[in-house]
Amino acid sequence: MEYVIEMLNIRKQFGDFVANDNITLQLKKGEIHALLGENGAGKSTLMNVLFGLYQPEAGTIRVRGKEVKITDPNVANKLGIGMVHQHFMLVENFTVTENIILGSEPTSFGTINIKDASKKVQALSQQYSLNVDPNAKIQDISVGMQQRVEILKTLYRGADILIFDEPTASLTPQEITELMHIMKRLIEEGKSIILITHKLKEIMEVSDRVTVIRKGKGIGTVTTAETDPKGLAELMVGRQVVFKTEKKEPNPKDVVLQIDSLQVADNRGIDKVKGLNLTVRAGEIVGIAGIDGNGQSELIEAITGLRKVKNGKITLNGKDITNLKPRKITESGIGHIPQDRHKHGLVLDFPVGHNIALQTYYQKPISKSGVIDYKKVNEIARKIIEEYDVRSGEGEMSIARSLSGGNQQKAIIGREISRNPDLLIAALPTRGLDVGAIEFIHRRLIEQRDNGKAVLLISFELDEVMNVSDRIAVIYDGSIIDTVLPKETNEQELGLLMAGQSLTEKVGD
Amino acid sequence: MSKRVVNILVPLISIVLGLIIGAIVMAVSGFNPMDGYIALWNGIFMDTYTMGETVRQITPYVFAGLAVAFAFRTGLFNIGVEGQLIMGWLAAAYVGQAFELPTFIHIPLALLAAAAAGALWAFIPGLLKARLQVHEVIVTIMMNYIALHVANALIEVISGGAERTPKIHESASLRSEFFESITDYSRMHWGFLIALLVVILMWFILEKTTRGYELKAVGFNQHASQYAGMNVKKNIVLSMIISGAFAGLGGAMEALGTFENMSKLHGFTGIGFDGIAVALLGANQPFGVLLGAILFGSLKNGGLNMPSEAGVPVEVVSIVIALVIFFVASGYIIRVALERFSKKKKEVK
Repeated sequence: MEYVIEMLNIRKQFGDFVANDNITLQLKKGEIHALLGENGAGKSTLMNVLFGLYQPEAGTIRVRGKEVKITDPNVANKLGIGMVHQHFMLVENFTVTENIILGSEPTSFGTINIKDASKKVQALSQQYSLNVDPNAKIQDISVGMQQRVEILKTLYRGADILIFDEPTASLTPQEITELMHIMKRLIEEGKSIILITHKLKEIMEVSDRVTVIRKGKGIGTVTTAETDPKGLAELMVGRQVVFKTEKKEPNPKDVVLQIDSLQVADNRGIDKVKGLNLTVRAGEIVGIAGIDGNGQSELIEAITGLRKVKNGKITLNGKDITNLKPRKITESGIGHIPQDRHKHGLVLDFPVGHNIALQTYYQKPISKSGVIDYKKVNEIARKIIEEYDVRSGEGEMSIARSLSGGNQQKAIIGREISRNPDLLIAALPTRGLDVGAIEFIHRRLIEQRDNGKAVLLISFELDEVMNVSDRIAVIYDGSIIDTVLPKETNEQELGLLMAGQSLTEKVGD
Repeated sequence: MSKRVVNILVPLISIVLGLIIGAIVMAVSGFNPMDGYIALWNGIFMDTYTMGETVRQITPYVFAGLAVAFAFRTGLFNIGVEGQLIMGWLAAAYVGQAFELPTFIHIPLALLAAAAAGALWAFIPGLLKARLQVHEVIVTIMMNYIALHVANALIEVISGGAERTPKIHESASLRSEFFESITDYSRMHWGFLIALLVVILMWFILEKTTRGYELKAVGFNQHASQYAGMNVKKNIVLSMIISGAFAGLGGAMEALGTFENMSKLHGFTGIGFDGIAVALLGANQPFGVLLGAILFGSLKNGGLNMPSEAGVPVEVVSIVIALVIFFVASGYIIRVALERFSKKKKEVK
């Protein structure tokens, strides 16, 4: 069999930390080869070795059968290896063509020949059916399109081996489907692809073979057709994984959160929540299912006091909390796992310990007459770090930015649950996390419910909503159009509801 | 190489590099670099008098640096330290000459007036930023000009048409017979001790208090601060007020210590602007600012001696001083070079 890339027994070490330990990856010509591993397993390190950003301590790399030394990305480019980065490297106010030629501008007598370049981009775009307008500005095109520009960039530079680094992280479901088509099209045209991901669904759908790494060690390579998501997940985390989290029957009690005909506008003054009603009881998890942009963000912000309520009423344990200050609302018994952990959930430049104190820094026993007892802060933080298994280099002293996404999220969840709120709002709590972390977080949410607390879960992932919630409220265009029980529904039905089709009555109300 | 050694080596190498390039500039301009540097050294350390004057020069830089650094830590760029310092100078000079009070009331009152004047001058841009999102850089720059001309006009009013305010009463003076006696009658005054206290005060506010935690959180991430129930607007205004108060106290040092009055200004003093460099040299840390101010003030004061003793013109002196500061500020380059060097060594072993 012909291999275009062979990475044999690669070892890469940073100080005492072994990021890659004896990993082997062989890419056949014309295949999509998935590289699977948890966050921090060493996937990116391995690819950075291939791309020439790191030099391995041991092991050999062969490209098309010839042993090579890839000393920097330029060497990788010359060997026909191109990387589509997770975070796009594009100049916002440049056109597509300008971005693609950046760094290798075709010049004649010192001026850039933009027309020729534009034609070449157009031709490439057609060849691979990418539908990219070479003259559009990056700021005007969608995220999915921007990713295609990144793909074009590698093709323009003559790559025939493409590395995709977590390509679906910021795409919508439709864009993901389209990307899968593009990848297949690339293969038809004779390219080979390495796909870095921790999403099992995508691997099953598009890849030919999978190489799994765990904690820096190569676990093995399997043929996709001969495995299933469960098998892959076990290889990845090294133990049995339950996709369906076990839980007892719910035991709902008193109403904790009551929302009556709520109306909320977005920043532009356009109504996003339009007369929404919702009830969450103690001892139950209510999941809000819906497509992004149907008023979920505004709803959460209105409940937590971060956004003004135009009309309607929100009560917590019978107490009116409409339009109170965020701190008053937090103190009246709400915990909030925000949907954007970097923007709202953490002060990334603060140590983890400071972050765990973010909601309680001004209260006793941490703060006494205006002075913070940082010993106490760290003591409390250490407890939560241990209980919630937050892994970091220097414990509570680590800067939050240096933690992986899963561990950042666990710190936030620990902070919010440890305050023992009557209502826990969890907005996209598992976004971008790997299977192990997702399982952990789901168990914590259910545990909170079993302790007689109310939980409001907002998610775009149908699996998550179906799996965790006791009741599912479907949000569409700013109101709850139906409430269903997970046992009595299925993905198709929910999909219809999320698209605005009513089940009980005829369409068009 | 241990972290500690690197931390000490970097600024030292930076200063030496700056001095070497400065020497080349002097040599190319036709002056003897050796004479120049001896004059610089003498201008800082020659005798107790020059040392006293050096300390006096350092004092206002500490305040200006702290003022800039404090605002920085809350994410604000206070370019208006110059204007706040001028207003503080004027307020202290006025209180110093207008009343006759016992020293233990008079000095605190004058200092308080200076801090309040500086705080007021910073409060306006802070409020505009918090309420209307007007960028503080533009407003503080404009407030500098307003301060300059308002101060000059008020000096005329206070002094009844003269060029300077009357000398302050002895009860408000920070001058010290003790310092004068040990420094051969330099103008060194008690202000340096006040500066040290304010360094500690800033450290305490930022690192120990609940308010400091909020100010830093707002500086790093306003969204998360809001999520945690902090009042972001209030913290922005407060940060500017504290910053302005520090700047105002810097002005009080000139009014109650160095000059004991205020003369009409023909242009900016420059202390407020140099404060930006001092803050950055000190990485916006209180004790770092202190070191930055010591470097800045020493070079400034030592540089004064270079034209007279070594015949190096003022312009060249400015270039040489700027080069030293430049190299210290770009210490990052040297840090990287050192790390490379020590890594290579390890690999050879």
